[in-house]
Parts: sequence; structure tokens; C-alpha cells
Amino acid sequence: MNELKKYHEIPIGGTVITKDVVQPKTGGWRMGEKPMVNLDKCVNCLICWLDCPDTAVLAEGTDFFGFEYDYCKGCALCAEVCPTDAIVMVPDDQEVPEYGRMLNGGPHEN
Amino acid sequence: MKTKPTEAERIEMLRRAKLLTGAEGAAHAMRQINPDVFPVYPITPQTPIIQTFSKFVADGEASTEIINVESEHSAMSAAIGAATAGGRTMTATASQGLALMIENIYIAASMRLPIVLAIGNRALSGPINIHCDHSDSMLARDSGVIQFFVENAQEAYDFMIMSVPLAENHDVLLPVLVGQDGFTITHTAEPILLEEDEDVQNFVGEYEIPYPLLNLQKPTTQGPFDMPDYYFEHKRQQQAAMDAVPDAFDTVANHYAALTGRRYDAIEEYRLEDAERAIVVMGSSAGTMKEVVDDLREQGEAVGLLKVRMFRPFPTKKVREALGHVQKVAVLDRAMSFGSKGPLYMEVAEALFGAGPSMQNYVFGLGGRDLFPADIRQVFENLKNPEEMREMQYIGIRE
Ligand code: SF4
Ligand code: SF4
Repeated sequence: MNELKKYHEIPIGGTVITKDVVQPKTGGWRMGEKPMVNLDKCVNCLICWLDCPDTAVLAEGTDFFGFEYDYCKGCALCAEVCPTDAIVMVPDDQEVPEYGRMLNGGPHEN
Repeated sequence: MKTKPTEAERIEMLRRAKLLTGAEGAAHAMRQINPDVFPVYPITPQTPIIQTFSKFVADGEASTEIINVESEHSAMSAAIGAATAGGRTMTATASQGLALMIENIYIAASMRLPIVLAIGNRALSGPINIHCDHSDSMLARDSGVIQFFVENAQEAYDFMIMSVPLAENHDVLLPVLVGQDGFTITHTAEPILLEEDEDVQNFVGEYEIPYPLLNLQKPTTQGPFDMPDYYFEHKRQQQAAMDAVPDAFDTVANHYAALTGRRYDAIEEYRLEDAERAIVVMGSSAGTMKEVVDDLREQGEAVGLLKVRMFRPFPTKKVREALGHVQKVAVLDRAMSFGSKGPLYMEVAEALFGAGPSMQNYVFGLGGRDLFPADIRQVFENLKNPEEMREMQYIGIRE
């Protein structure tokens, strides 16, 4: 728990300055499932990146990259919106490669 | 001590003046300020403000982005968005429009957005009425905005300009409402002195807020949810911002006086220094009252007037200093708080608590009801025996 600050010690108007705050690891809220991607099906449309409520979809430039599981809360929105069904939801305890990146049915090394 | 200008001063002033309504004065101020964004919805008696300003923009005399929204709720929402993003933002409204904005005015104030609003003060429904009183602005009383009530078109122009650096002062960062009486000021042409465009632009300077949302180098989250552990602290900050207003306004008023020769204070004392009886009022009626005060002074009566320009934050200390020596004070409210006394009366009573004058409270001018010099003389007459009228009095009501 952070120490509670005085009224004149915090930014005005409720503004949250990104560098000053602890980012809560929303990944801890996951209830059973997490996304994984088959990169061979991904067409880099970035719809998943746009729709993820927790900015847990990572992009590299304009290319889809993978999932930041520390922040992914497993809502499955990304799998729902993916036009090519590249994203599948798998049990949370299933072993997946880093960032959930799979290629041709196997783990994809970064 | 403020007195009327001499005849020679008046002639010199008229030579340089333009004949403009208060609405046009506010629009000229906006043209010169040239805000980035102006989201707006028309409503009587604010319409001529936005109509005149829209024409300036259409003619290329200002480069403001005017957003014609579908309601005042949307106007204020768009204003909040624009101001948060980092644009200098203004809007204008009146009466029901202000009522519809109120939810978002609270949000603008709590998000500390320096949005300047021109208000054409008008009665609230119902019954529906388009004429002046101060009920609409009183809706915003507790919202956390700075509030001015001006007396005439010149003040309407001047306060629109002064409000910009006041709102944007980094110790303040609050919305400002500049209320001009509907029709009496908005639609009445008077000689106004306009400053040079360039001088006004230099006076208001560049818009700079601490956390513009579109500054990607300094990413921020704005308007988030607050739990019981911080909500109270953020409310306390709003009071601190209000506490910073008197000094910030003094600085702005000094700079403005250096530019224009017109020095404004939160209050205006008119022939008060040796007054035994005084009236306190806001808005255009102060003009009529000065005439009556002059007449009565000529007859040897020790009467005076205190005009309150800044209603939020209320200049409690200044009011107390100005009225502390006056034995009998009548406060004239142009709005009601049903079931209690008038809102201005309550502020003045608080300011004078313990100072000992006898006080009376009058309501006048609701829904545009005229206030005549004879009514004002009657108030001064009644003030000779203030104890006889402790209850709220209604000027010009049929009873
Ligand atoms: S499941 Fe997909 S959309 Fe939902 S939080 Fe995780 S990455 Fe984002
Ligand atoms: S929505 Fe599907 S196809 Fe589009 S970028 Fe995301 S994973 Fe790739």
C-alpha cells in the first residue's frame, strides 16, 4: 500500500502522471483463460491492439507483437474481434511461449 | 473612492469609443483573444454573442474552431475535451442552457480546466421567461467556478479579457463565468473602449496548462475515478485554487490597468466612505443606484453603494472592510433561494458577522421586472429604521 499523500502533494484535478504511479498488474484479475496467437494467421490489422481494454496487446511499430500477461485480464475481447481467428483463448495454466507467440502450431522464438 | 468621470473625461472617452452592446463587446473580446475552440449552442439572450463571434470567424478575423453542438450539455462536454487536450477554450450560454451545462461545469472545475464562459444572465423556468435575473448563475454557485457579474458593456468586454489569464494562472486553473445581465447589457448599445487586437493578444499570452492530454512526452490520465482515500483531497485542492484567486486577480487587474487605464477590483465602493446607509447589489442595476445615491447625497443624505463584481470566490474581507463602518445595510438580490434569504445577502451577512450593522434583504427584478429609481429611494428610506423590516422584502411585487 502506498503512503497516502496530502492534498498539496498530489497533482491537481485528479490527474494521474504515468511515471509517478504504480501500475497495478491487472493480469492478477485473470479468471481461468488467457489469449495466445497463431502468428501464421495474423494479418497485422491491430484491431485487437485497439480494442484491448488493458493495453495488454503489444505492437512493434505497426506490427502485432504479442500479449503482456502482467496486464492481460483474460477478457477475450481480442479473440472475439480478431477477423482471422488468429487469437485463441487457452487455460491460464497452459504453458505458452513468451508473449503467447506461436507460429505454425509451435512456439515462436522472438 | 470612485466618482463619476468629469464631463471632459466623458467627451474624450466618447471620441475613442465604439457603440456596441454587451454581447458585441464580449464577442469582440473573444475575437481578440482568438481561442482555439468554441463549442456552443445558441440561447436567448446569449445568441448575439455567438452570432457576432461566428461572423468574425467566418470573415477570417479569428481562427477559432467553432463546434455547433446539439445541446449545452454537449457544448460543455466538448469544451472539457478541448481544454483537456490543451486548447484555449471558451463557450457561452444562459438560463436553461447553463442549467443543462451544470453537471459538466462541476467536472470542468474539478478537472481544473480554465474555460471562460460568457453568460447572458436570464431567469430560469418555470414559468418560462427570457428576461434577466441571476437565478441561472446561482446554479453554478457551488460548482467551483470563478463568477463575475458585470455592470455594463465595458465591463463585459474587460472581464472577458481579464478572465483568460486569471483562469489560466497556474495557482488557479479554474473555469470563469462572466455574467452580464440579459438584455439590459447583452442587447443594449453603449459606448465601449476596445483595446488594440495586438495588445489584447499580448495580454492574454500563450495558453499553457500543466498537463495537456495530447502531450505524448508527458502521458497522463485525466478525469479518473477517485476512491474515498483521495476524493476529499482533490476537493480541498479546489478550495486552495479559490484561495489563490484574490492575489491572481489583483495581478491581472494591475496589468490590465497598465494597458487600459481601467483598474477593476472584486468590489466597487461608491460614495461609501462616510455612508450611514448602504445598498449592496450585483449587475446592471448598480448603474441606476449610483444615480439615486448622487441625488440623495445632494440632499445631504449619507448613503452609498457597494457593487459586488466577484461572487465566487466571495471577497469577504473586502466587503467587511468596505461596509464595516456602515450602520445600516440593505442587500438586493436578483435571485432567490426559496426557504431562505437571498444568496448575496447570505454572503454579505457572513462577511459582516460581528461587525454589527442592521441588515435588510430585498429581492428585485426577477424575470426582468424593472427596478425604478423610486424603488431604490424607498429602500434607502426603509433603511432609516431597518429593524422594522427584518423579513425578506420584495421590490415591485403586487401584494
Ligand atoms: S484477453 Fe485480450 S483483450 Fe482481454 S485483456 Fe487480455 S489481451 Fe486484452
Ligand atoms: S486482430 Fe488478429 S489479425 Fe488483427 S492484429 Fe490482432 S491477432 Fe493479428
